[in-house]
Amino acid sequence: MSKKVFITGIGIICAIGNNVEETLKSLLAGKSGIGEITRFNTVHKGIIPMAEVKLSTPELLTELGHADSDSFTRTALLGMKAAKEALKMAGIQNTKEYKTGLISATTVGGMDRSEGFYASYLADPGSGRLRDVINHDCGDSTERIAHELDISDFVTTISTACSSSVNAMMFGSNLIKTGQLDRVVVGGTDSTTRFTLNGFNTLMILDKTGCHPFDDNRAGLTLGEGAAYLVLESEDVVRKEQKKVLAEVSGYGNANDAYHQTASSPEGTGAFLAMSKAIAMSGLLPADIDYINVHGTGTQNNDLSEGIAVERLFGEHVPPFSSTKGFTGHTLGAAGAVEAVISILSLQNQVIFPNLGFTTPMKELRITPVTVSSQRGVETHCDVETHCNASLLRHVLSNSFGFGGNNSSVVISMNNDQ
Amino acid sequence: MAYLNGIGLISPQKTAETSEFLTDVMEYTADYLKCIEPVYRTYIDPIQSRRMSRLIKMGITAAKLSIADSGCEMPDAIITGTGLGSVEDTEKILGEITKEERFLNPTPFIQSTYNTISSQVAIQLRCHNYNSTYVHRTFSFESSLMDGLMQLEEKTARTFLAGAIDEMTMNHLLITRRIGLWKMGPVSNMALLDSKSPGSLAGEGSAFFLIGADKQPSTYAELSDVATCINFNGSFKPETFLPEFLAKNNFSKDDIDIVMLGTSGDSVYDPIYTSFANQFFPGKAHGWFKHLCGEYHTATGFGLYVAANILKRHVYPEILHLNSVNPGKIKNVLIYNQFRNVNHSFILVRSCAG
Repeated sequence: MSKKVFITGIGIICAIGNNVEETLKSLLAGKSGIGEITRFNTVHKGIIPMAEVKLSTPELLTELGHADSDSFTRTALLGMKAAKEALKMAGIQNTKEYKTGLISATTVGGMDRSEGFYASYLADPGSGRLRDVINHDCGDSTERIAHELDISDFVTTISTACSSSVNAMMFGSNLIKTGQLDRVVVGGTDSTTRFTLNGFNTLMILDKTGCHPFDDNRAGLTLGEGAAYLVLESEDVVRKEQKKVLAEVSGYGNANDAYHQTASSPEGTGAFLAMSKAIAMSGLLPADIDYINVHGTGTQNNDLSEGIAVERLFGEHVPPFSSTKGFTGHTLGAAGAVEAVISILSLQNQVIFPNLGFTTPMKELRITPVTVSSQRGVETHCDVETHCNASLLRHVLSNSFGFGGNNSSVVISMNNDQ
Repeated sequence: MAYLNGIGLISPQKTAETSEFLTDVMEYTADYLKCIEPVYRTYIDPIQSRRMSRLIKMGITAAKLSIADSGCEMPDAIITGTGLGSVEDTEKILGEITKEERFLNPTPFIQSTYNTISSQVAIQLRCHNYNSTYVHRTFSFESSLMDGLMQLEEKTARTFLAGAIDEMTMNHLLITRRIGLWKMGPVSNMALLDSKSPGSLAGEGSAFFLIGADKQPSTYAELSDVATCINFNGSFKPETFLPEFLAKNNFSKDDIDIVMLGTSGDSVYDPIYTSFANQFFPGKAHGWFKHLCGEYHTATGFGLYVAANILKRHVYPEILHLNSVNPGKIKNVLIYNQFRNVNHSFILVRSCAG
């Protein structure tokens, strides 16, 4: 496991930006993407907010050069847009010169269209447009993205609820370390659907005022949509091509809470183990972590469980942390990659982005999140003085935890070699 | 090295709770092949199982059967593959949101999440180790095997549990029949090759394998390698891929004794298997299994069960024969599967005997 995995390109589309540049601008400006539902008709419109991507599906089709086509789901289009940006940033024009793969994550797949098909089908089993259901499964969006990027050496899809795209990063990193691939595009994509909106609503974990991660008065999450991808490359390719490296995937860990299908354990066992594994693989100590981009959904259960795990792992030296879901909403299968991209933006710009929506500390925790955008080296809002004085952000820990107790963490580090 | 140390399989055949291997084959004339389900209360607490949908119960039970078969109670990783997850739960929600958006029962939503089975197995085993789920059509199960094999190679795991789980429902059958995946009406699984029409016979199954780095008395066979190849506009070239894949594993084409094909009775796509087998493995035994389990995204789980048992028992049941070649020795089996000429996959299994 000694081989290094480098990140050479990133791409994102989410509620606060259609690309990396726009997303960074909104993050720096503290501008949230949460607002009223506009993409589909629902009885929850005007009551439950969402974090929608600002481009409509026809706009996405036009931008991607498929204006005449009716065969793409929104999930696939979002993924195509972000993945193309990542490849472009990595300077890869020809995906055939090295063994290249795509590992994409999604939780809804083509549900944005199949839920419409199903309504017609139920009324009459002979009706409903087949082109609305043929893309239903999760593999469809991945194959569309792979086709768009001309990637055919290795393609697969992961779905582990809200931790999906961190698991895609892990699997992709392993494929590079074992020499099966030289390059791999990893990430995730999910569009908002009535299916997920109503599903989460039955669990009564959607905050009508928008999410307030790690706040004592938090009442749930806010669903978002988006896609984000990272280009991972082997040490050999980076050296040979003299590539500019954005950051390094220095460690990752996946652990299961094995407690309950949807609730996290009170002691945050899975979260603790995932973070510990990731830090151990990176060869670092908890004290070396300069910032945590927490999962921080804003649900009662997650934030308490995650907070307890963080306190347990870092003890008296909890690094500054924030949830950026107040900006992007919870993008489910894309969340891990969205937050990995944001973590890289933190490293590149030496900024910790604030935890929007926080006002009141949680009774059960000692720790509170970063609430104002804080540049390293200047005075920051933080509980632990020693860490705030650190002049550099070098190692970021990003957490993604999902249904089924699926907990995954990744450590992203500045590249010391360049 | 990776060894198949335990298997649990719920399928349309009598494969669960038996030590027999395809001795009493079930014949069906049906729209799709349905699993023969065991009595679940032997495996799952009835209070817990009451709210579980069928696929979840099939998944947990097959996982427990493979655990019992191998004697390994705490795998270092649980990795499942499923093309569609719980179709029944997904359909329940789609039905509800079509009527009105104020339904209250969260259970189908929770269970429709693709990783429900891998996490339910973790909960049942109290297993805090690595857990993941692959959902890529007919690459789903193969990807989970590849993930586990890499972990054995990297020594981050000594054992892993891999699952292949998919179900069929009547609604899903009717919808996918309109897309052209299936025969237009009920067919006999034993006469599938006679139908000579497009589409195959749908099926379902739940197969779990406990795979370990160490050989043990229960070992069926060695899982040598797994590969998936996507075919975009001819990007998959078996004539270059296959020799490389075999050579990487120190095999030549001559070493393969049985080629287990994903032939499914589909007159459009079956010729792919025929020409593959005739071109690369002429004079070798060609077998098939989808008349026993039906076609589904993770049907190679049934295929791996078949290959593992052939190698362990040194028997090659006639029901599996596609040609009349009888292999003299049975040392190595290659499983080849494809889906609509886009998703091609290979699983290489080797005998541990001798």
